[in-house]
Amino acid sequence: MNISKNDRSYTIDKAVTEISSDVYKSPKRPFSFQLDPARIELATADEKQELVIMRESTSLWKDAWRRFRRNHFAMIALAFIIFMFLFAFLGPVLSPYSYDQQIRGSENMMPSFEHPFGTDKFGRDIMVRIMDGTQVSLVIGVLAAFVTLIIGSIYGAISGLASPRVDNIMMRIVEIIYSMPDTLIVILLSIALKAPLDNLLNSYYIFEGIDMIGAPLLSMFFVFAFLYWVTMARIVRGQVLALKEQEFVLAAYAMGAGKGRIIRKHLLLNSMGPIIVTATLQIPSAIFVESFLSFIGLGISAPKASLGSMVNDALNGIYTYPLRLVFPAVTIALIILAFNTLGDALRDVLDPRMKK
Amino acid sequence: MARFLLRRIISSVLTLLAIITITFFLMHMVPGGPFNSEKMDPVTQANLEKKYGLDKPVIEQYGIYLGNIAQLDLGPSLKLRGRTVNSIISEKFPVSARLGGMTLVFAVIIGVSLGIAAALKHESIIDRLIMLFTTFGISVPGFVVGTLLLVVFGALLNIAPTTWSNNPVNYILPIITYSFYPICFVTKLTRSSMLETLGQDYIKTARAKGLASFAVNYKHALKNSIIPVITYLGPLTAYLITGGFAVEKIFSIPGLGRFFIDSISNRDYPLIMGTTIFLAILVIGINMIVDILYTVVDPRIKLK
Repeated sequence: MNISKNDRSYTIDKAVTEISSDVYKSPKRPFSFQLDPARIELATADEKQELVIMRESTSLWKDAWRRFRRNHFAMIALAFIIFMFLFAFLGPVLSPYSYDQQIRGSENMMPSFEHPFGTDKFGRDIMVRIMDGTQVSLVIGVLAAFVTLIIGSIYGAISGLASPRVDNIMMRIVEIIYSMPDTLIVILLSIALKAPLDNLLNSYYIFEGIDMIGAPLLSMFFVFAFLYWVTMARIVRGQVLALKEQEFVLAAYAMGAGKGRIIRKHLLLNSMGPIIVTATLQIPSAIFVESFLSFIGLGISAPKASLGSMVNDALNGIYTYPLRLVFPAVTIALIILAFNTLGDALRDVLDPRMKK
Repeated sequence: MARFLLRRIISSVLTLLAIITITFFLMHMVPGGPFNSEKMDPVTQANLEKKYGLDKPVIEQYGIYLGNIAQLDLGPSLKLRGRTVNSIISEKFPVSARLGGMTLVFAVIIGVSLGIAAALKHESIIDRLIMLFTTFGISVPGFVVGTLLLVVFGALLNIAPTTWSNNPVNYILPIITYSFYPICFVTKLTRSSMLETLGQDYIKTARAKGLASFAVNYKHALKNSIIPVITYLGPLTAYLITGGFAVEKIFSIPGLGRFFIDSISNRDYPLIMGTTIFLAILVIGINMIVDILYTVVDPRIKLK
């Protein structure tokens, strides 16, 4: 009995009668519909070809990128972010000035061809200072997102997989950190860590490279490491709790997959969407905290430039040189806006369930 | 309910204890005491440290400090002779509280109204404009808003007051700055919550019964969609209390926030600790009240 779709002469009716006649041949059970396995033939290569899916399968990432491209705001934000990275990292190299170079005789200049954003009261080029400040912001944002990503996802995964008792204790800790007034703790930590870190960096030879980052930036990383991983931990834990009950995880266990493989291949990979979204949205909030701290005079110290400290410097001369304030202030706002837009778009694309 | 209350209070007390401990030990980690200066001779320094109990072991100081806080005594200021932290807070805090309170009311009224307008005119040009405004607004840090307002109204138009006095005119720019972010947030919150409520079956029922659209929108829909706004009041107060640092700095308002920033550069530890703990008690307390309040307001929320 060779049932092939190519065989046009073979009709359904005929098949039914054939099957029925097969069944009737079994004398013991006249009403059985069981087929005799011996009578079934293997599919031919031709038939197998028909089952091949013609359209190429899309991966999660390809599909996400396809949908992401349709969002014009998100594409503009992405382009702007790439532009800001070039501006911040290539700009200072190409610029004829450096952030702390004081040009005598060209103090307090209005924007001109040589100095597109003007100069400050020490004769420093404002544009190159904004480039450096942007660099600080971007480095802080990306590294902070990375720190919270690592700590948060490890903590969240452990909490989600541990026994309910351990999970409960771990989540109480998260709750306490979560309900702390973060700005206060941020301020306290950055005061307290500044001096010890300075000492540490200056006294040991091995820290010579890190010295470039400077103690204020480093203390800010501690702040993020201490405070901001809790959101990530909560999200990862929620994902792990929901996913570990799913059938495909049970199937993986049944097929003998080890715990490590299940965490890596099934739990973490499937929670990738929310993790990426949360990490991306961490970038603008870190940039905000850095600029806020620098604005109130606790972040980056002079002569190093930060967008927040530039706004603060410009505040003193606001009535005579208002433009000097506008450039860094607008830059901060645009960077944060771009990252927020990017994060929201990623959420729509990667994790539609999180959308409110 | 009693169990929920107890749990909530215990967790608040634990958080507060954690903050006091962190604050205390962080402040004692900072090298260079308040009396370290070139001019002071070692004997005077030792005497001063003795007077303020700074010569005792840190653990003992911690115990004394905890005991004092339990009696609501935040200790003396080290830099302002003869003043206690309590007296400084009670002098400076009312200024901040007045500004914060007005901002809270302003932000909630404007935010809820914009949110309702956007939800009722869903997908219209009004909705789009409001959403565009809030999306941008949520990304702009408060100090950027404040300084830019000062550029426009102070430097370019020259109509903003340059010094602080208790004149109502002086409050306009700070309140706009201060409430900018919460307005955007409350608008988004109200809009999405209202849209969700408007899609519910009981709203359709109310309309089918022939109820006037005013009654449906405001008595049925608004009442049920205001709960997320109530839950946001906790984080909002926290924002107002700490956000004051920037606003008070920009507009030279003599409030607690500005004083706090100054006390940091003065290394006045008891003042830093005292202010932090005072603000933390405020934030945690209000969060707790809000949490309890919304379980009362909305019986659907499970008491876990």
